[in-house]
Amino acid sequence: MNLPLTGEALRWLAIPFGIVFGILLHRGGVATYNVIVNQFRLKDFTVLKIMFTAVIIGGIGVLALHQAGHATYHIKPANMLGVSLGAALFGIGMVLYGYCPGTGIAAIATGSLHALVGFVGMLVGGVLYALSFVWIEAHLQKVAAFGKVRLPDITGIPDWGWFAILVAIAAVVFWLLERPRAIATEAAR
Amino acid sequence: MNEPNSKPLWNPYVVGAGMGVLSWLAFAVVNQPLGVSTSLSAASGACAVPLLGSEAVWTNAYWIKTPFKWDYGMLFLVGTFLGSLISTLVSGRFRIEKVPSVWADYFGPSVAKRMAVAFIGGILTMYGARMAGGCTSGHGISGSLQLAVSSWTFFLTMFVAGVITATLLFRRRKTSNA
Repeated sequence: MNLPLTGEALRWLAIPFGIVFGILLHRGGVATYNVIVNQFRLKDFTVLKIMFTAVIIGGIGVLALHQAGHATYHIKPANMLGVSLGAALFGIGMVLYGYCPGTGIAAIATGSLHALVGFVGMLVGGVLYALSFVWIEAHLQKVAAFGKVRLPDITGIPDWGWFAILVAIAAVVFWLLERPRAIATEAAR
Repeated sequence: MNEPNSKPLWNPYVVGAGMGVLSWLAFAVVNQPLGVSTSLSAASGACAVPLLGSEAVWTNAYWIKTPFKWDYGMLFLVGTFLGSLISTLVSGRFRIEKVPSVWADYFGPSVAKRMAVAFIGGILTMYGARMAGGCTSGHGISGSLQLAVSSWTFFLTMFVAGVITATLLFRRRKTSNA
């Protein structure tokens, strides 16, 4: 893609892109502790609605861009032990903190002091990981490491097939969540 | 249960679609998917210099691989903060929050207790994100939309672990008001 901006100048696009991301997080209600915690308590499905829609809309567009030669994939390696253990710690941490890294930053801007305290905790977590990095890399990240694989690679189902499946799941889940009865139950809580 | 102040302003499907379109731009224009935790861990290196000494930080294998610099990822975090701040101020919703209402319902109004748990939660969140290689944005959104095996593993495991934790944590209400 030919753009007036190249190289070093592209970096500054991070500011407007970040601003849009921050506005979306705040307007979507996910810079709020109650909304995030109530997702994990299965009482408020805002987080899942936002993420699943982003994955489907984003994914179909990026796939089209990729096939037209305008996008490169950035696949994180499937070190299954590291990813699973890390994800489990992340899930526990996210419920205790009440935010994830991105929504935590957005929440500080709304005046959440406990988001700020947890942000300092995140910096400490980053330090602890850096200090244990060599050991983790040598002992944990080599276990069940399958490389930068995608779902179509390991299943034989093509990309469009996967998005058809995801759209079908989303249609059912969103319909269930938006039924008048479900909305009434949610409001009663 | 939620205060009127915390009710989302925009429809979640519209917000999700907006993030999807933002991802198109991130891939096509800057060739860099949305992500937060990598830059945050690089920032932790800069913050650790006064604590550990610059020698220890700049010879650390992780921070050599992920050094602190004002690159795209770091500026994106600044943008995220600014965007949320603008949105908060424009909607008149800026409000100092020490103990959120759902927390107070179960664990009482103690500020110290909430802050201690938020701090520990922050540590676990970041440590887990780095071990997994990404967080809710880098794995959850950017990785899942590329159909990465690692990212779907992260998304599902994180969600199940979170639901179990929340179920165990929020069992007994402290206050009786519903």
